[in-house]
Amino acid sequence: MTVRRVRAWMFQALMILSLAISMGALVWLLVGTFVKGLPALDMKLFTNPPSSVPEEAGARPAILATLYIAVLVLLFSLPIGVATAIYLEEYARKERWYNRFLEVNIQNLAAVPAIVYGILGLAFIVRGIGVGRVLLAGGLILTLVVLPTVIISAREALRAVPDSIREGGYALGATRWQVISRQVLPASIPGIATGSILALSRALGETAPLLLIGALTYVAFDPTILGPFTALPVQIYTWVKLPDAGFQQLAAAAIIVLLAIVLGMNAVAIFLRSRFRQKW
Amino acid sequence: MAPPPSGAIAGGAPFSLRSSHRHYGEKVIQILLGSCALVSVVTTLGIVVSLVFPALEFFAEVSPVDFFTGTVWAPLFDPASFGVVPLLVGTLSVTFWALLVAIPLGLGSAIYLSEYATSRRRVVLKPMLEILAGIPTVVYGYFALTAVTPLLRQIGIQVEIFNVIAGGLVMGVMLIPTIASLSEDAMAAVPQGLRDGAYALGADKLQVSTRVIVPAAMSGIIASFVLGVSRAIGETLIVLIAVGQQAKLTFNPLESIETMTAFIGATGNGDLPTGSTEYKTIFAVGLTLFVITLVMNIISIRLVRKYREVYD
Repeated sequence: MTVRRVRAWMFQALMILSLAISMGALVWLLVGTFVKGLPALDMKLFTNPPSSVPEEAGARPAILATLYIAVLVLLFSLPIGVATAIYLEEYARKERWYNRFLEVNIQNLAAVPAIVYGILGLAFIVRGIGVGRVLLAGGLILTLVVLPTVIISAREALRAVPDSIREGGYALGATRWQVISRQVLPASIPGIATGSILALSRALGETAPLLLIGALTYVAFDPTILGPFTALPVQIYTWVKLPDAGFQQLAAAAIIVLLAIVLGMNAVAIFLRSRFRQKW
Repeated sequence: MAPPPSGAIAGGAPFSLRSSHRHYGEKVIQILLGSCALVSVVTTLGIVVSLVFPALEFFAEVSPVDFFTGTVWAPLFDPASFGVVPLLVGTLSVTFWALLVAIPLGLGSAIYLSEYATSRRRVVLKPMLEILAGIPTVVYGYFALTAVTPLLRQIGIQVEIFNVIAGGLVMGVMLIPTIASLSEDAMAAVPQGLRDGAYALGADKLQVSTRVIVPAAMSGIIASFVLGVSRAIGETLIVLIAVGQQAKLTFNPLESIETMTAFIGATGNGDLPTGSTEYKTIFAVGLTLFVITLVMNIISIRLVRKYREVYD
């Protein structure tokens, strides 16, 4: 073997190694958490409220609140996100300054740290504008956090529909909205669904903005939309901070539940994407 | 765009592509969609307003010079001191360790996926990287505190319970998919002709990857690094859980420090009296954080646009 071939071989090994280390970290994280949390993963976690005694403590209010938040975020972010994407892809003329501004604005919002959205929530709630430190506020803030992601992925889905579909519709005398609502939108549903599910799973794992709008409280009862709340990732944070080994184990068990929800949604999204990938 | 009535042509009237009757419903729909698009503008406005006004009130009480050059951060003590430098250094220190992990591993994974992997392997490996991106940050924080820090102690590195290096390394793992997928996009956008040309000249994969593909995709790769930095600076839960809340001016990775985000996350949960200077600090630090990440994002967007212009 020449020096050149040895170098080429070593380089390839390095590239594979870097991917292997990433995967190794993933496996270590998942296996470690499962081994630690599995003994504490029982029905108590789903039926009991938090408690100062680790043997009694559960995460029922937090799990319920996270499910409520999922519904709220979907309810708000999907219509607004898809409507914005349709406007930008199908209506907006790119040469107008306000449309270019809209686009750059959304790109920037997508990369604003989540905790800054928490400050936004804090500022409005504390100044008495808004609904207060309640579950609805949490749903609204998380909607704003993931809205740019929903918009960007819905735009990509709409852009993937070829113009020949639109032109075919126009040639038959359809109006613009008829073409969009009956041809373009149905064709882009798998793409929009994939992006929205990924965005929703991100919202459910998000913790930082909720800390600032007061989700870090002790809630012993089932949450309501207009009542105080704590979400599953915030409950995990609360338990991780407690030194008692029992709470560390509870945190691991709650992480298993959170990962099951979030990674389950990721899996559905990836499956949808590969199943419905359309070749035009 | 209905076809014009045939009479228009026979009569010699100007040929018009406009519909013969107006669709008012169409106009209403367009306005409705446009107003949904305004939500994002209102969000930006809301963020700016909610940060700037309390921050201005803060800077009326504490001089901006003291804030940006002071080296003691003790807003909750008496006498209070509002020098943000320790928080900036803390943020920088965690970011450094995160990038030390994420840049080589992310770029290596991207080169492998783009230039080496068969398409069948790519179909399996890319979703696995995406799983890393889907794990909530509170889980990474837990992992850093309960798995990485004990491991570091076992192999003889004397770290404090809360320390920079465990949080930084785990944050690096979190950033790998961000850097890998953006860099891979940039490499995939390099025209096949460049690869074919280099192979025709007798280059091997190592040479094609390092001397043709990476330089050609450089602006996209740098954009992925910049976005990685921006995400590292804005990440909250990992530092809150594993790095601690001790604002010290040190680059020592074995000690506990405080970052800007950790301060906001730990202080902003409603214990402080509204309107106090301590309370307004949250907004001053938040504004600093927002401006830094905004600049990073603008640089990254520009760089991505640059490579798209060259190859599309």
